[in-house]
Amino acid sequence: MENSRRGFMGKVFGAVAGVGAVGTLYAMKKSWDPLPSVKAAGFTTVDVSTVEPNKLVVEKWRGKPIFILKKTPEMVAKQTEAETARDVIIDGEHFLICIGLCTHLGCIPAYRENKDDFKCACHGGEFDASGINTKAPPPSPMVIPPFNVKGKTVVLGEEGDQYRKMKEAGVLA
Amino acid sequence: MAHFTKATSVHDWLDQRLAIDTLRRVLAKEYWIPKNINFLWAMGMVLAFTFGILLVSGIFLLMYYQPNVNLAFDSVNYTIMREVEFGWLWRHVHAVAASVVFLIIYIHMLTGIYYGSYKKGREMIWISGMLLFVAFSAEAFSGYMLPWGQMSYWAGMVITNLFSLGSLEFNGLVEWIRGDYVPGQAFLDRFFMLHVLLIPLAILALIGLHFGALRIPHVNNQDGEEIDFEEEAAKYKAGRKRESKVIAFANDFLSKDMFVVSIFLLFFFYLVFWHYGFAMDPINFDPADGLKTPPHIYPEWYFLWSYEILRPFPKDPGLIAFGFAQVIFFLLPFLDKSPNAVPASRRGIFFWWFWALVIDMIVLTAMGKLPPQGIYSTIGLVAAVAFIGLWIALPFITKMEKKV
Ligand code: HEM
Ligand code: FES
Repeated sequence: MENSRRGFMGKVFGAVAGVGAVGTLYAMKKSWDPLPSVKAAGFTTVDVSTVEPNKLVVEKWRGKPIFILKKTPEMVAKQTEAETARDVIIDGEHFLICIGLCTHLGCIPAYRENKDDFKCACHGGEFDASGINTKAPPPSPMVIPPFNVKGKTVVLGEEGDQYRKMKEAGVLA
Repeated sequence: MAHFTKATSVHDWLDQRLAIDTLRRVLAKEYWIPKNINFLWAMGMVLAFTFGILLVSGIFLLMYYQPNVNLAFDSVNYTIMREVEFGWLWRHVHAVAASVVFLIIYIHMLTGIYYGSYKKGREMIWISGMLLFVAFSAEAFSGYMLPWGQMSYWAGMVITNLFSLGSLEFNGLVEWIRGDYVPGQAFLDRFFMLHVLLIPLAILALIGLHFGALRIPHVNNQDGEEIDFEEEAAKYKAGRKRESKVIAFANDFLSKDMFVVSIFLLFFFYLVFWHYGFAMDPINFDPADGLKTPPHIYPEWYFLWSYEILRPFPKDPGLIAFGFAQVIFFLLPFLDKSPNAVPASRRGIFFWWFWALVIDMIVLTAMGKLPPQGIYSTIGLVAAVAFIGLWIALPFITKMEKKV
């Protein structure tokens, strides 16, 4: 009798504690999620009409650096198809627009104007002028963020036609 | 009800209520330490003492530090360093202690490996020790975030990115850890909490476990001799101290421990007053800037060896090698298949294995600091492969070892 009563009380505690533990863990997990204000930091509009060819411009979007590189006609002429597929066309000009974080561990690669490429100082990774990885350790090209071309401006964070086409072609990253 | 009598002294009053005499006897007077050990056995006490120094200096830093992305950098580099009287002292003490504690941890670990103090009942000492190593690593990393300089920011970026686990692309996990897309206010606040509360609590608990794990097997000795502690203790208590192989922890052994601690403290304060620079990275005197990576990123010296195991490989293999380096030391008691718990010098090939490991880790450390180019990359790659090879070879060479 006494044993079964203790057993019962033990089970009650086990059930209460179990439910409580699951609930607590869930609340703890949610408390560490990015805040709505952080998530909403949303959209950035960039005017590219004043960007000089072969000079890297760095904008900020959701706390991340965004690379904007206007290509010279010579650069465009010697590009491979895979490279051209990642070009954003704004007002007839070819641009690279990508998140300027190395796909290895997230350092910001530096643009080398004389070599038309990016070098990541952290672990020596390299990318070409289209953001495609050419030397390990980075395993994939720098990511193209959602963008929408509007005249001579680009809205970052919004999915436009060109972006959707790139997505279908699978060249975003 | 327990029976209390009128106390004859403060001591007696306390003893009736807290049994302080019994506590002292069990924890200190009748805790036995072999005579046949050397100064390397004082490293544990040096570590405990250094942890105390970190706590005290940390408490003083905490009184002026501001965990806010706009204020943190100045609260450290201006308020604490220039305005607070002796603020520089707490900061330099804290930084130097955080660096030196790893030097001592490595000596302490290598001592354990050399003398085989991780087997024959001492497995839990080793495992709790490794948990302390992990906790100290997390403590050092979270503390490094707090001044919110360029190295804080970029180390935070790179290390949290490791949790995307390469091609598995767990970006949600990385953002969850940061509370943001990139390290920001939420990130600084939570690492502040970890650094000043949660991890120190865990360290205190782990130190308790580590000491508890020592209690039954006792510490090893220079010859790996199995001592009958009850018999030797009986000799000691009967006054045959010269004949006994052990001495009491307090005050006999403790006085030796504290002597070594004194020597250590002279060295420590020499560094604090004249050579604190090595513990402060110059790049971290630039405020954090999310749009500019410093040209060359490297961790503090004590993480260089494992960082160099990550660096020379492509992303996924690099992560696997890095993960391997983080956990493999935990498994040492089980990878060492030999029953011998004696100094490495009497264990044949294991002796060479031990020194090869030490040298390999020094090479990895040196290469980790150099830029990842040309010959350095190659040496780094060879050393990283050698590290993994050594651990894979360990079960085989210890299996072949003759019983001594
Ligand atoms: C940082 C916090 C640590 C503290 C405060 C600490 C403290 C101590 C103390 C007081 C002792 C007894 C005296 C001695 O033999 O030195 C000891 C022994 C030991 N510790 Fe630690 N320790 C720490 C970290 C570690 C780590 C990281 C390891 C390695 C995984 C480790 C492994 C051992 C082993 C194997 C022994 C037994 C030595 C023997 O039996 O001869 N400890 N520790
Ligand atoms: S972060 Fe760029 S190569 Fe590692």
